[in-house]
Amino acid sequence: MLLIDCPWCGPRDETEYHYGGQAHVPYPDDADGLSDAEWAEYVFYRDNPKGPFAERWVHSIGCRRWFNVLRDTASHQVLAVYRLDEPRPEGTR
Amino acid sequence: MTDAPLPEHPDFLWRNPEPKRSYDVIVVGGGGHGLATAHYLVKNHGITNVAVLEKGWLAGGNMARNTTIIRSNYLWDESAAIYEHALKLWERLPEELDYDFLFSQRGVLNLAHTLQDVREGVRRVNANRLNGVDAEWLEPEQVAEVCPIVNVSDRTRYPVLGATYQPRAGIAKHDHVAWALARSADAHGVDLIQGCEVTGFVRDGDRVVGVETSRGRILAGRVGLAAAGHSSVLAGLAGVRLPVQSHPLQALVSELHERIHPTVVMSNHVHVYVSQAHKGELVMGAGVDSYNGYGQRGSFHVIERQMAAAVELFPAFARAHVLRTWGGIVDVTPDASPIIGTTPVENLYVNCGWGTGGFKATPAAGWTFAHTIATGEPHPLNAPFALDRFTTGALIDEHGAAAVAH
Repeated sequence: MLLIDCPWCGPRDETEYHYGGQAHVPYPDDADGLSDAEWAEYVFYRDNPKGPFAERWVHSIGCRRWFNVLRDTASHQVLAVYRLDEPRPEGTR
Repeated sequence: MTDAPLPEHPDFLWRNPEPKRSYDVIVVGGGGHGLATAHYLVKNHGITNVAVLEKGWLAGGNMARNTTIIRSNYLWDESAAIYEHALKLWERLPEELDYDFLFSQRGVLNLAHTLQDVREGVRRVNANRLNGVDAEWLEPEQVAEVCPIVNVSDRTRYPVLGATYQPRAGIAKHDHVAWALARSADAHGVDLIQGCEVTGFVRDGDRVVGVETSRGRILAGRVGLAAAGHSSVLAGLAGVRLPVQSHPLQALVSELHERIHPTVVMSNHVHVYVSQAHKGELVMGAGVDSYNGYGQRGSFHVIERQMAAAVELFPAFARAHVLRTWGGIVDVTPDASPIIGTTPVENLYVNCGWGTGGFKATPAAGWTFAHTIATGEPHPLNAPFALDRFTTGALIDEHGAAAVAH
């Protein structure tokens, strides 16, 4: 059971949250000009690192707000929690 | 009380050779799929100068962690074809490998608990029949005839409204399957090399010509990846990006019980699947943990929820104990179907994305992957499962029949 520190509500059990996959995947700027391969990349391809991974979580049965978590996918250690309008913490991939 | 004696623990079934300087084919990953690939490279293509490289020990990953269910009742033509091919191979494999690994065709029930489940199930039964896969739709009282311990009362929270039934489905003793394949491959000259982690690829321009390993550089004409949860990591070393996400998938067993459960029962809706192993333990699994993870462990609430489902479906289990839980790493694709084929890098082939359903496919994965590696072209059975389907949009969406929430 992960313990995730909601930026607004504080530490809560994983069961209060839902997972949103990789963070920092913006909608393409030039949507009209994308090739099929570029669309595939945006729609279907996500990073899958063994190690630090920036991901989105939503506190669905708490404040219902989205935020980002930097978590090590091998150790499950939460390295940082930050708001959507904050950059990925320094010194990470 | 068991219905069949367990096989004797065998003597050593394979050599532990030092890696040679080069091979015609290197298969990375010594699990079920890698070993089956080696077996069919020998049997179907006469290619024996092969090494299977395993970073840990043979069949110690998902092959040691799965819930051993074998079935072919998938919805789409492409899936039905490859999984039914696997089931036909399972039916003759014990004889072919001269090894009784307790393949037991005790059938599988996929329960329906909502009107939508019923419609999906009836549709899948019809689709299965059109594809030559044995399938029946059962009403609740027929479900109780096949598996008397299922609670088919209409007083439960999620009543059983019916089920699809595949009588030819079943289970097999997973470790022995791997050992049978390993023995056969080894006997035909394949080098099974354990404790040998691939750390990079040897390139000659755009081509892969070998691998760097923890035991030195090994050259190869062709390299096939069969590394399940670590497929992204390995392919990344070759500069290939795969559309898979690695998740924990947990399973568990109870203590040993008298034979009480005659078949395999799966439920998508209340989300548990259960069979009883030959020794007597109840073997259960459910869905993946939602987050990405390489730790071979998941969260306890996933176990808790599947126990709640199991006890509602099988009141008799209420006083059984969870003896042991564990996790594996499964690589899930966006359409819940595997990727078997060529990559953008010449001489590099990939078999991955089996997610939660790889064990049942073991022989067909080996058959098609061996064909792809040996000829450089996909077999008709795995052609639809090419990497480029995510660009063309020709997806094979098996989230329904995969029977596990992804």
